[in-house]
Amino acid sequence: MKALCTIALLAVSVSTLHGEPVDQRNAPGLGEQEAKAAAHASASVPVMPRFRFENFTTANGLPDNHVYSVLVDGDRIWAGTDNGLALYENGKWKTFTTKDGLAHRAVLSLALDKRTGDVWAGTMGGLSRISGGRIDTYTQLNSGLSNDVVYGVSVEGENVWVATAAGGCKLDLHTGQWSLFNERNTPMIEIWVYGVSATPTKVYYAVWGSGVLEYDQQKKIWDKYEDPDGENEMVLFKDQGLIHEITTSVSYVDNILWVATYFGDSRYDGRYWHNFLTKDSGLPSNFTNVIKGVDANRAWFGTDKGLAYYDGVNWAVYRPSLATGKPEMTVRDAKGNVSSVAVSTAPAHNYVLGIDFQGSDIWVATAEGLSHGIHQP
Amino acid sequence: MKHCVHIGMRGRAIGAVVLMCLFVLGICLWSGRSARASAAKGRTGEHLEYASPVEVLFSPDAARLYVLCQQSGQVRVLDAKNYEPIKNIDVGRVPRGFSLSPKGDRLFVANSWDDTISVIDTKTLEMTATWSVGAEPSNVVEDRAGKHLFVANRISNDVSVLDAQTGAEEKRLAAGRGASYITQSPDGTRLYVTHVYPNATQHRTAPKSEITVIDAARAVVTDRIVLPYVAHGFHIAFSADGRLGVAAGMHPKNLVPLAHLEHGGAFADTLTLFGADVGKPVEVPLDELERYAARPFGVAITPDKSRIFVTCGGSEAVVVIDVQRLLRYVRTHPGPHAQDLSASGNYVVTRIAVGHDPRGVAFTHDGTKLLVANRLEDTISVIDTKTDQVASTIPLAGPKKLSVLRHGEQTFYTARYSFQGQIGCASCHIDSTFDGLQWDLEPDGFGRDIVDNRPIEDVKDTEPYKWNGGNPNLPTECGPRTEKYFWRAENYDDLTLTDLVVYIRSLPPRPNRWRLPGRELTAAQERGRALFERAVDKFGNPIPETNRCVYCHSGVKGTDQKSFDVGTKKVTDNTGLLDTPQLTNIAITAPYLHDGSAATLEQIWTVFNPQDKHGRTNDLTKDELNDLIEYLRTR
Repeated sequence: MKALCTIALLAVSVSTLHGEPVDQRNAPGLGEQEAKAAAHASASVPVMPRFRFENFTTANGLPDNHVYSVLVDGDRIWAGTDNGLALYENGKWKTFTTKDGLAHRAVLSLALDKRTGDVWAGTMGGLSRISGGRIDTYTQLNSGLSNDVVYGVSVEGENVWVATAAGGCKLDLHTGQWSLFNERNTPMIEIWVYGVSATPTKVYYAVWGSGVLEYDQQKKIWDKYEDPDGENEMVLFKDQGLIHEITTSVSYVDNILWVATYFGDSRYDGRYWHNFLTKDSGLPSNFTNVIKGVDANRAWFGTDKGLAYYDGVNWAVYRPSLATGKPEMTVRDAKGNVSSVAVSTAPAHNYVLGIDFQGSDIWVATAEGLSHGIHQP
Repeated sequence: MKHCVHIGMRGRAIGAVVLMCLFVLGICLWSGRSARASAAKGRTGEHLEYASPVEVLFSPDAARLYVLCQQSGQVRVLDAKNYEPIKNIDVGRVPRGFSLSPKGDRLFVANSWDDTISVIDTKTLEMTATWSVGAEPSNVVEDRAGKHLFVANRISNDVSVLDAQTGAEEKRLAAGRGASYITQSPDGTRLYVTHVYPNATQHRTAPKSEITVIDAARAVVTDRIVLPYVAHGFHIAFSADGRLGVAAGMHPKNLVPLAHLEHGGAFADTLTLFGADVGKPVEVPLDELERYAARPFGVAITPDKSRIFVTCGGSEAVVVIDVQRLLRYVRTHPGPHAQDLSASGNYVVTRIAVGHDPRGVAFTHDGTKLLVANRLEDTISVIDTKTDQVASTIPLAGPKKLSVLRHGEQTFYTARYSFQGQIGCASCHIDSTFDGLQWDLEPDGFGRDIVDNRPIEDVKDTEPYKWNGGNPNLPTECGPRTEKYFWRAENYDDLTLTDLVVYIRSLPPRPNRWRLPGRELTAAQERGRALFERAVDKFGNPIPETNRCVYCHSGVKGTDQKSFDVGTKKVTDNTGLLDTPQLTNIAITAPYLHDGSAATLEQIWTVFNPQDKHGRTNDLTKDELNDLIEYLRTR
């Protein structure tokens, strides 16, 4: 009862302080200046982006509730589910299956070739390209793909970079040449590659159990980032390197590397590392499935205990309450003060597997549905 | 020891002399026949440079006629009033397509063997730039806004998108296999791309093609119009109102034994209609009972939308179609139509005989004349569109003699030697290459020995022929067997067959796109070559000589010209002993193996080599297999 009163008082105080408790801060597509201005609007409780979540499940057209990945392509939304690749267009879902040529029903990862509009889908049975309605599939048997379990895919120029259960690889679309990256030609120790983020300058692989692999596109050399303390059970060297070897996702934006692991997350600016743990950040769980940087300072985190946003100083968490299952949004400021913001919607599930941005909106793939976070001004 | 060596050398020398004598005797016998025939037909043996016009178009002011000449590598500029030559402009090797900019101030030429676009200033008639594109560019179109240039690349199976001002390639769009011809919709908003080889399908299922639809403003693929059963697509034309699109194509009947030519059992030569006038795409045949329209290629619709003209290369004719009757027919007959030989009688008005291998077409501005490029005759037929008669024939400057090679090429491309003029060599060997299809030929028994169509470029000196090595030489391969089992007619005289063989033996390989300039190898290719030539496997075990890649695939062309059983025999095959195929340009000739069951090079070893009989490969890692394939692509 006391706790409820506290929450209620807190909500009132937030409301009183800001007039409108909803944030004026940046959602994914808003500019940094706008975000900073909004941040300064409040001296006590930071104003963080707020969303009204609309959730899609099999009840309203999604082929499966287990959604591994999501991709925004303008007005079109692609969802990689456990039972096909779904396309949301003009208010309707259309599903592509193996009958249409998809490599496998389980679509783990998605990437958009922004120049051509082609969508690349990494599945449990190979890599598929969806182009103008035609699906071409690459497998370890019919192509140079290193392994059929494709955890990650990223398109950069004419190259498609792929993260698989047996190393990374690259398909040169001009020549058709496959280049494989594994323990024989890179510093990789394990070959279970969970994620990839490719840009014209650097390519990063999240290697499960082997940290982060970096490829310098100009120098054509590999480098490797590992947990400096080598400890699996604790963090000895905080902010001195990658937080853990068990990496799951990478995102390279504005020359900043964001790395997710099952034991906390990291940000690397090329010189300094910063680690994020639940105990000293607003991260709702150290078990992070996916990370997606907005820019050099801001990033979104998909964990097993909700969706989180970090604006460089403050944190916000969006989820069904772990205790009640009711929609919940919490904000943590730089001093560690946590405030609740009254919300009526939340992502479909706390187990978040995929994130993408649509202007100011956010799309979230979860274990129990796909969520569209509509930014509330 | 020296003595033995001496005797050995002398023995070899004597043997060489005997062989030489036999060779000279053979040449004498052979050339004697040729000489007699040459005299009879006034042929020459020298290599003559013909023009070989493939496309024609008029300048916007109707003052000039541009003729794209494939063999001479030129754009020939003629006065459009009297067709007198104005200038010949040299472009790249084997130009295949060209178009004018919307303003008409630039002429773009796709040089298929150079992988470039030539840019010609139409005021000065000088070439002003050469731009690099994808592999084997075959057609080029600039969008109405003058922002982008779109180039269909036959080997890289895509469309290059270039900055129309600088020529910088911005991206490539995935198109159909063998992307070759681009047509702009009348309103300029869409580009429609056809391709000459079928898209990949499951083994022994019907071929499938597409018309790739590109949004010109966004330069992205927005749709793919599926063409079931069509294996080879050529030109498209639109009615002026944009409501009717017409695509020329070939519909092979390769899933049934090739034994019923008398029932039209080889190909349907068709048009696919699409657009608002017909709703869903409709495929209609051009063939008539006892009169076929072999290898439809160029298409044009009169400005008033009354007639469609279609060039048919194998038939050396232009088929004329009444549009209203055609639309009425497809609206009242649900189809499918493609194999109905009685259908075309409802809409084909007539056919007009033109020259050898007619290709591209263009209307005069008033639509009263249609010009047809006769590729293997170096002429332009001018058809009066009111009378459907050839009003005149424009000869292009060049040799007037018919060389052996030229006659052989004409023989290759015509369908006149087959029963009812249904098919010719070029029906399956598209532009003297291959067709990406598998056929069930009669001599081996129905349903037996399904064979993939092998490419023929650089085929000289790779005998024996056929997958089972049953034909010891090209005259046997192309002569009686072909006449009996393909043409169902014995029409070749000795001279014609000889000329055909000379032409086929003359076919050079296309430039290999995977080989670096100077023929050096990349690191991956070099590693692959080492694997190709290795004698010891990764466990240190010697690989038997006959199980090394380089043993069977030896020599410059990658064949020892012998037969081996590499463990790929299927239950429907009569033998597992197969002729070692040459490796020339193997990167582009999928599918693979004798029956085309391997969709990719990788599948040869990941799927079809479980016992290591097709070379020792199962010890290789995936990246090593990739290296081996990278090397093979350089062959």
